[in-house]
Amino acid sequence: MFLNQFLLLSVALFAIGVYGVLARRNGVMVLMSIELILNAVNINLVSFAAFTENLAGEVFALFVIAVAAAEVGVGLAMIMLLYRNRRNIDLTELDLMKG
Amino acid sequence: MTDLFIFASATAELAENVLPLGITEGGAWLLRNAWIIPLIPALSFVGILFFGKRMPRQGAELGVAAIGIAFVLAVLTGAAWMDHRDNYHGDEVTQAVIAVDHGDAADHGEGHAPEHPSLAVSNTMTWFQVGGMTISVGVLVDGLAVMMLFVVTLVSLLVHIYSTDYVGGDRRYTHYFAFLSLFSASMLTLVISENTLQLLVAWELVGVCSFALIGHWWEEKPNSDAAMKAFLTNRVGDMGLLVGITVLFFSVGSALPDAFGSFSIATTNTLANSGLLSHTALLVSATCLMAAVMSKSGQFFLHTWLPDAMAGPTPVSALIHAATMVVAGVFMIARLYGVFFEGFSIGGSSINLMAVVGGLTTLVGASLAFVQRDIKKVLAYSTISQLGYMVLALGVGAWTAAVFHLFTHAFFKACLFLGSGSVAHAVHSFDMKSDMGGMRKAMPHTYRTFVIGSIALAGLPPLAGFWSKDEILAGTGGWGLFGGTGGNGAYTGMLIMGMVTAALTAAYMTRVIYLTFFGEFRGHGEIHESGPRIVVPLWILAGLAMVAGLFNLPPGFQLVPESMQERFGHYVEPAAAYFPGISHASPSWSLAIFSTLVVMAGAGSAYWYYFIKVEAAAKASGQSLTELSNGPTSRWPLAKMGHNLLENKYYLDHLYTGIIAEGTKGPLARAVYRFNQQVIDRTVDKVGETAVVSGQFVYDKIDQLLVDGAVNTSGRLASEAGGELRKIQSGKVQSYAAILFAAATVLAGILIVIV
Repeated sequence: MFLNQFLLLSVALFAIGVYGVLARRNGVMVLMSIELILNAVNINLVSFAAFTENLAGEVFALFVIAVAAAEVGVGLAMIMLLYRNRRNIDLTELDLMKG
Repeated sequence: MTDLFIFASATAELAENVLPLGITEGGAWLLRNAWIIPLIPALSFVGILFFGKRMPRQGAELGVAAIGIAFVLAVLTGAAWMDHRDNYHGDEVTQAVIAVDHGDAADHGEGHAPEHPSLAVSNTMTWFQVGGMTISVGVLVDGLAVMMLFVVTLVSLLVHIYSTDYVGGDRRYTHYFAFLSLFSASMLTLVISENTLQLLVAWELVGVCSFALIGHWWEEKPNSDAAMKAFLTNRVGDMGLLVGITVLFFSVGSALPDAFGSFSIATTNTLANSGLLSHTALLVSATCLMAAVMSKSGQFFLHTWLPDAMAGPTPVSALIHAATMVVAGVFMIARLYGVFFEGFSIGGSSINLMAVVGGLTTLVGASLAFVQRDIKKVLAYSTISQLGYMVLALGVGAWTAAVFHLFTHAFFKACLFLGSGSVAHAVHSFDMKSDMGGMRKAMPHTYRTFVIGSIALAGLPPLAGFWSKDEILAGTGGWGLFGGTGGNGAYTGMLIMGMVTAALTAAYMTRVIYLTFFGEFRGHGEIHESGPRIVVPLWILAGLAMVAGLFNLPPGFQLVPESMQERFGHYVEPAAAYFPGISHASPSWSLAIFSTLVVMAGAGSAYWYYFIKVEAAAKASGQSLTELSNGPTSRWPLAKMGHNLLENKYYLDHLYTGIIAEGTKGPLARAVYRFNQQVIDRTVDKVGETAVVSGQFVYDKIDQLLVDGAVNTSGRLASEAGGELRKIQSGKVQSYAAILFAAATVLAGILIVIV
């Protein structure tokens, strides 16, 4: 089967996503990277589902997509507000929670 | 509770120690599902509350539609019941209840088993389970319940329609209709209650609705005070209801095997009728329940809230404080009649608590109605007096007469109240002496319906009030002049009270009609007849006030065929084991003629005083008078004293607030204060001193050394650890993410290594 290739694709996407989350300073980019991570997970779920011929994984992927949509909605709204208040969306400058 | 019943297929198969209850689970669909009728207004209550303001007519249309549907269903249910009563022989299912300890139980029960029983339809479901006992909720539909369903939905429907005009434009219009719906729902639940617990819940709910609607215009202090008074006075009686129900519950349990109690009305009544319950328990519970009746149905001496309740909008007075809610007490007696009949030993006696309370109430109410200036207050006292009539009738065992009077009274009293509202709508006042008079020309419809209602109330043949009142008077069994009228005893005292009240009633209604509709107009401005939404309900009620009496023509009344006599009694009075075996009075021509003469005498003397003497004095002086300047109260000191006594409502309000409340407050408060100073404070002081000494010791040795040491050390440690950890809290979200991923990686590595 092709499981191997799909898992590799998933790993690559995940790694790119993690890099994006940790390294990018732009909030929108970080959000998009989170989407990448979620999609990596989706690929994982779907490919395992196809491999084991079990529908549960695909159903779960659908749920993840729905949750991801909601999460992007909330995230973008937060970034919009950030931009309106501070005129930039650089995440490294947001350290009001500094202990 | 249902598991206590044995479902026997036919009465022949009943075992030795089993009592038939006279209820069935069969019957027409409408009868078994009568709970739909209260459900509709209940849904409308929720609907109006949430969506009423957004509707084109602000929720009124929903209320009217709901009660309209409920009314149609109630009529259909009534028709179904008539068919059930005549054609259903109950072979299919007969519920039975097991009796213990008494071998002769079956004999008692069969004593009243009638030839053709009217099996009540019972349909229950589990409400909740607690402590191994199941509390059910359901319907008990028999003639009484069906009759009440009809009366409540009809009056409520007419009041709803009337209200769309009367309270139109009010700032809490939506709120008002929501509460009317809730009230209808609760009252309908009350009348089909299967057990006393359900009855109690519905009883309290109607009380809450009454409170909310009396205080509808709560911005004015007297209105909110009146609402509070009604609610608190009812609480006094509700205590009695609660205690009475509890006593009955355990008393029934003592007669049932493997159960410590039961709320079922049918079971309670059947056991009471069969003599299986202790007489003392029945007497105690009947007395407690009587307190509830006294508060809810405005019986002397807890009636004082009812006149004040007239602070609410007039349609509310008509619906709640005249036609339906206040008869809840009467209904409750009628429903639990087995308990009252046995508890007060009504049969074969000549005096008992219920009859005395009813008799006093009817006299007190009728006499107080004389001195009121406010047209609604006259009607309120009249309601008290008529409720007294009903309780009196139940007290002497004239069950059907009482329930029939409830039925006819609902129509003519609602008609009178709505008529007074129509008048007040025109003159913006309820004061007969200063703002009314001579209104018969301007308001012909209101005038005619009001007069019809008054004649029905006074009890002149052939209007409704005559038939029911006469049946009550015959039912006292005290008319010994021509050989007595049978009945359950010789209640001659009650007969006299009833006769006096009949005369008084005719007289005060004549006074009201004169003050309102005759003489010269004393108010201000132009007056006009009310609109169709007010007049049409008035005519419907007036029509019913004319014909309602014909539903129960006395047996032996030669002018009609036998099949038309006593129809109401045939369909409404239960002939089943859950109803006591009362004996019926035979109607008497001489009594009917005598009571009519008494009514004519009462009306005639008031007519003479107002329509002739006052009218003549008014003509002579050239102004509109309401009483003679040299009338009996100014001429005879005794009459003046009597008038004062009535003006002050027999000083009952003074007794309650001035003497009882103040008396309790004063001496009791002083005694409590002394106890507080001498006993409690001294103890507290001693305890305090001891506590100070021991506290000092604890502070020095334990607190400072041991506890503080430990606390300080742990605090210092926490502070230092925090300082280190603080460095990671950069506030930068990405560094947190990095830590998170690093930790996840480490954990994943550990997982792989271990697994």
